[in-house]
Amino acid sequence: MTREATIPAAPTVRGEVALRGLSKSFPLQGRLRPVLRDIDLEIRAGEALAIVGPSGCGKTTLLRLLAGLDTPDRGEVLIDARPISGVGTERAVIYQEPRLLPWLTVLDNVAFGLELRGVSHAEARARARRQIELVGLGAFEAAYPRQLSGGMAQRVGIARALAVQPEILLLDEPLGALDAMTKLTMQEELARIWREQKVTMILVTHDLEEAIFLADRVLVLSTDGSAPTTIPVDLPRPRDRNAPEFVAMRRTLMGKFGLH
Amino acid sequence: MTLEILDSPRRRPASRRVLPPAPPLRAFLSRYGLVIGFLLLWEAASRLGWVSAAVLPPLEQVAAALWDGLASGALVDDIAASLQRAGIAFAAAVGLGIPLGLLMGQLGPVERALDPLLQLFRQTSALALYPVFILLLGLGETSKVFVIFWATLFPILLATIGGVKEVDRKLIEMAQSYGAGQLQVFRRVVLPASVPSIFVGLRLSATTALLLLIAAEMIGANKGIGFQVMNAQYNFQIPLMFAAIFLLAGLGLAANGLLVWLQRRLCRWSLDQA
Ligand SMILES: Nc1ncnc2c1ncn2[C@@H]1O[C@H](COP(=O)(O)OP(=O)(O)OP(=O)(O)O)[C@@H](O)[C@H]1O
Ligand SMILES: [Mg+2]
Repeated sequence: MTREATIPAAPTVRGEVALRGLSKSFPLQGRLRPVLRDIDLEIRAGEALAIVGPSGCGKTTLLRLLAGLDTPDRGEVLIDARPISGVGTERAVIYQEPRLLPWLTVLDNVAFGLELRGVSHAEARARARRQIELVGLGAFEAAYPRQLSGGMAQRVGIARALAVQPEILLLDEPLGALDAMTKLTMQEELARIWREQKVTMILVTHDLEEAIFLADRVLVLSTDGSAPTTIPVDLPRPRDRNAPEFVAMRRTLMGKFGLH
Repeated sequence: MTLEILDSPRRRPASRRVLPPAPPLRAFLSRYGLVIGFLLLWEAASRLGWVSAAVLPPLEQVAAALWDGLASGALVDDIAASLQRAGIAFAAAVGLGIPLGLLMGQLGPVERALDPLLQLFRQTSALALYPVFILLLGLGETSKVFVIFWATLFPILLATIGGVKEVDRKLIEMAQSYGAGQLQVFRRVVLPASVPSIFVGLRLSATTALLLLIAAEMIGANKGIGFQVMNAQYNFQIPLMFAAIFLLAGLGLAANGLLVWLQRRLCRWSLDQA
């Protein structure tokens, strides 16, 4: 991996996230409707956290606050003990849609984030090329987004995020639009990426199995105003979806949602 | 991972893999058959006396008039005069319309302030304003160029504004999340995303430019293709009149062809490879 080059000699772990009294409301029919209320949470550097909850409970809102794309009404987000303001180079976001620029080739799309961060065109392309190899799209460097399938396009989006070597990867239902088969492969791929890159991963998902498969902890948000809860996932990795503990875990989590 | 379609991209060129290439002759006929039919009908109508040959001369007379005009240089002067008028006006409209459109599309308040005025101007036919321009600028070149400029400005301007405003917010947000500033968002996302709709405006404007060119040249001109159409008709040089009309059509096709070619080069990504 290319990470060694950028990690400073001092062995400080980075990518630690803390939420302090984070609150956000949105106006709805003339009234302010609270979406997130006083959320406090510590996320360890290198941890994988899954955020689940019913539709409209504020998962995307929370992720946007973490990304710095939106500002909280109250409270703050600390990264490595420093409050964030706006977007930062230590974070990268992966969305449900790949959000590729249709006029750029796969290679240039992956190089895009690097170029925005001031890396020269040639260097950005060289690094992008390595990243594309890693997501298995080496043969498609010169393809345009419209020539890709959904799963391939999403992998290009992931490669673009990884190319900037973030400490924290923020994912908003990244596999939500994929078919079941592709989704399984991509979950394996995310697990591998997380393991190899040692990033902090914060993943919004509506798929409980996906949450258990990938996460160290699951944060459950609710719509009824009750406080969010976190559930640790103490299962050995790599995880086996058919192991009795895994199945039991899934049952527990489904119980949380009133699904039995 | 498979290459099969896992989702359905918005536009997938269906024709690309299904249709075998048509044999050249058939392809040619299916594309130009009606044009050929029209010319044959013309020739027949003229020769068989369905329409007086004085009004609708046989095509070879039109071709001869065209050839004479070009060889003697008379029509060449007209073409040059027309191209100059339309060219200056079109260039000015592009030079003002695209930057202004990009600015207006980006800056909401500017757009909201200028929009009512723009709608008013746009809804007022440039031809109706031509007399006003003549009063203000005289009957010379300036008023001619200006009326063409006026009419061509709005399609470009409105298409550019529309293009900028329709840029996918999600792409802008993606760029911002990688730390893009306003200028970078503009240069790397907004501008390239607007190119296809700017081209729609350019093609519309090119058509409008030729339309207004002819109208302007029919009033108080002594050179130009539009003048030649009128003049030939006054002098009852009907083949010459048709020659000038064909020239006009050729000019329009050439302008459009040029823009299509440019569009293919600049935004291949947005076109279905039909
Ligand atoms: N920009 C906005 N303006 C007004 N209301 C908003 C805005 N963004 C989100 N909301 C509201 O906040 C609530 C939470 O939205 P959010 O997108 O975070 O939900 P979610 O948990 O991501 O849901 P889903 O699972 O459907 O993606 C919703 O009720 C939504 O209507
Ligand atoms: Mg959401």
